[in-house]
Amino acid sequence: MLYENLIAPFADFEFMRRALLGTFAIAFGAPPIGVFLMLRRMSLMGDAMAHAILPGAAIGFLLAGLSLPAMAGAGLIAGFLIAIGAGLIARATPLKEDASLAALFVISLALGVTIVSLKGSNIDLMHFLFGSVLAIDNAALGLILAITSVSLLVLALIWRPLVLDSVDPGFLRSVSRAGGAAHVVFLALVVVNLVGGFQVLGTLLAVGMMMLPAITSRFWARDVTGMIVVAVASALISSYAGLLLSYAADLPSGPAIILVAGLIYLLSVALGPFGGLLWLVWPRRHLEA
Amino acid sequence: MPELRFKNLTLGYERHPAVHHLEGAVKNGALVAVVGPNGAGKSTLFKGIVGTLKPLAGSIERHGIDGGGIAYLPQVPEIDRSFPIGVYDMVAMGLWRSRGVFGGIAGKDNHAIKAAIAAVGLTGFEHRAIGTLSGGQMQRMLFARLVAQDARLIVLDEPFAAIDARTSTELLALVQRWHAERRTVLAALHDVDLVRAVFPEALLLAREPVAWGPTHEVLTVENLNKARRMCEAFDESAEACAVAAE
Repeated sequence: MLYENLIAPFADFEFMRRALLGTFAIAFGAPPIGVFLMLRRMSLMGDAMAHAILPGAAIGFLLAGLSLPAMAGAGLIAGFLIAIGAGLIARATPLKEDASLAALFVISLALGVTIVSLKGSNIDLMHFLFGSVLAIDNAALGLILAITSVSLLVLALIWRPLVLDSVDPGFLRSVSRAGGAAHVVFLALVVVNLVGGFQVLGTLLAVGMMMLPAITSRFWARDVTGMIVVAVASALISSYAGLLLSYAADLPSGPAIILVAGLIYLLSVALGPFGGLLWLVWPRRHLEA
Repeated sequence: MPELRFKNLTLGYERHPAVHHLEGAVKNGALVAVVGPNGAGKSTLFKGIVGTLKPLAGSIERHGIDGGGIAYLPQVPEIDRSFPIGVYDMVAMGLWRSRGVFGGIAGKDNHAIKAAIAAVGLTGFEHRAIGTLSGGQMQRMLFARLVAQDARLIVLDEPFAAIDARTSTELLALVQRWHAERRTVLAALHDVDLVRAVFPEALLLAREPVAWGPTHEVLTVENLNKARRMCEAFDESAEACAVAAE
């Protein structure tokens, strides 16, 4: 009974195993990036960048059809262009970076949808926006695994300046120039992870695997390492439970995964040990000292 | 050999001078109080010394401080107090110059960090999140980080503002210890009595330098009144300064 419901779908079908491996890989790579986005008050940045990838991927699609390297490569370029463009506009004009990003990402979304429609059908468009977890091929799997590995490695390398640039940027500037470099590399990690997530969850939902587990983690841990562990764990659970749910109830799998992550988030808001609403309703007695 | 030399230094914002034609030198091992009303240019001078503000004219020469660098405590640190990080890790960041991006924090460093935390009386707070510290504890932690930085030149911008008497007495003892260790210390202060009691040298600033030298000669009633009359507002229609550049 348990086996039938919890394991058999993956044992019996190869596409389910691929989907699980692909989403697990994303669950290791994206949430740690999301934790830093949240701590740096850039939570909406991920959303903006995810949209920015769309026109690039669409141009790749226009030129080479549903070819993974073309779409991923062009998406990567578009993401970097928007990130750099927003930074440049922020420096050269009175607009702040978030304002120029907000402007650029809706333009990107409109442009991307238009380009996909030039050649593709509505099904292609759905694939772009919401991904197709159950149709991951070997090339996509390889790409996602590579992105996750590189991303974790690079994050480990920039860890110290990234943390210090987040908590006390003025001090870091007074002892080192590493802060600016860490910020740029970190933005690159955001784009790269979203390109990986795009293969599976589409441009609109990829950011869900990055941000939902990260925001959830704040309710369960007090330090950055603990938050990353919680975020990855909740992303893994969401992937597994979401795929099972979509299999059992015949739901679209990408949205099912994100919905499970959303459910975990709502539960954490209600019950999380650090700042959950529960403790507002039933305050614990204060301590002696 | 002088450690810091200001040559006709003018610092400011959008061409308006906030420190105007400062000339002089801070000697190696000096303990200097920088005194003056709000808007006198104390913080501006410190930003210039640290290097985050480029001079509008003139120059600052820094001799023999490259090794340990400058330990700088800004008036309003840009710290995100909601960030989940503990006191120990914050103090450990003081080792940045010797450990950099990748260097490990070894047993010896661990000892230095613990000693720095003990020096400011925060032992037992190592694992407390910075968001749970009081204002005084926060300032103690930042002083511990200055200790860990082990710099030859220490620049403190209003270190005792909004700090209670006991905390400021203990932190002041730390400043005197640095002076005894022949480090150069500059501190912006408002408490004239404190300056007279502890600081052998003072610079009275009111955009223009009013007086600079031994504290009892600088902090006279006449000089303080002169500094008080300084006008804070920039004159938007001011002419370009006529004093020759060099």
